[in-house]
Amino acid sequence: MSDTIKFTIDGKECTGKKGQLLVDVAAENGVYIPVLCHWKGVKPAGSCRICTVKVNNRYVTACTLPIDENCGDIENNTPELQDIRKAIVEMLFVEGNHFCPACEKSGDCDLQGLGYKYQMMVPRFPYAFERRELDAKSPKIFLEKNRCIFCKRCIRMIKDEKGRSYFAFKGRGKTLEISMDEKLAANISDELAQEAMDICPVGAILKKEVGFVNPIGKRKYDNEPIGSDIEKSQQ
Amino acid sequence: MSKPIIATASLAGCFGCHMSLLDIDERILKLIELVEFNKSPIDDIKTFTKECDIGLIEGGCCNTENIEVLKDFRKNCKILISVGECAIMGGLPAMRNGIPVKECLDEAYLDGLTVGENKEKIMPNDEELPIITDKVYPLHEIVKVDYYLPGCPPKADLLWEAVVALVTGKELDIPYELVKFD
Repeated sequence: MSDTIKFTIDGKECTGKKGQLLVDVAAENGVYIPVLCHWKGVKPAGSCRICTVKVNNRYVTACTLPIDENCGDIENNTPELQDIRKAIVEMLFVEGNHFCPACEKSGDCDLQGLGYKYQMMVPRFPYAFERRELDAKSPKIFLEKNRCIFCKRCIRMIKDEKGRSYFAFKGRGKTLEISMDEKLAANISDELAQEAMDICPVGAILKKEVGFVNPIGKRKYDNEPIGSDIEKSQQ
Repeated sequence: MSKPIIATASLAGCFGCHMSLLDIDERILKLIELVEFNKSPIDDIKTFTKECDIGLIEGGCCNTENIEVLKDFRKNCKILISVGECAIMGGLPAMRNGIPVKECLDEAYLDGLTVGENKEKIMPNDEELPIITDKVYPLHEIVKVDYYLPGCPPKADLLWEAVVALVTGKELDIPYELVKFD
């Protein structure tokens, strides 16, 4: 078992296999590192930076770091890192148009869940109020571009049998937006549409003809902070 | 010692946050023992008659009157609190942000599907009417705001706990379930 790696996160002993991604190993060891763009088993993008941890005094995204012998003691839940993560959440909130009261994903939204976890009362940055369009051309999906946080989960994961992505980025910098392939999306299956909605960490991808399925009080983050399932798994 | 004085106002809001304040049910009797109300729709006092300790404001700023009231509150209240999503981030009224005001007015009074007879193409322009701002502003982008109570509306328990903590000087320990953005 020479490929077994031992290291600590905030003093807690963890074990994993060499080369495994830190964020996945942490979850297996009952340590929650927040993610927005990462999805286990999918090639990491490292785009949202919310999983930033400190390894050997350097900031690293846990979703792109394969563990090895040099990991040492990793910092995760320090006040400094929590504030960095809170700032990222706040930045994402002001960059898009996140009107939680009017969003179907409210209560099940990962971005909102992190807002609750870090007790975001108000973002420290000014609101951008950028105007983006809503693409409702697909018979199965709404694409609400105002809510996209550019995690690339849908681009990386939602593909047809030939491997073609239903979603893609359009533009660069300030004009960057998520877009949907009109022809492909016209024939998207119910299952894939549902999967697209489920993997979207915010309310940018919504399945048509269903909505507000879970009542208030029974949604994912109504009663327990995001990551509670991971933290409880090892207790 | 005299009781702390509270003032409240609803700017570009729906009065839902005020409704939530009334949702504290029988605790409203305790609240009256704890505090005195000044300018507020709850007691219908229209202008400040003395300096207040706490100002609770619901709704963002969508016109010049909102801004005037907000500045009046800042001047007359020692502590100003943004109550609810609209006050904190503009809320639903802010969905017009990014759309030119003219387009909004045209849609509302001339071109909208639900516009009835308006052959003269009249746009409300009485000088008594406040001027609509270019976008809906969160309160803290206009004046200094001391505290924020999120929610749409903020839960009655959150409003209660926050006000009681403020007037009694106790530390506020908010349970997870109480802070929600919807």
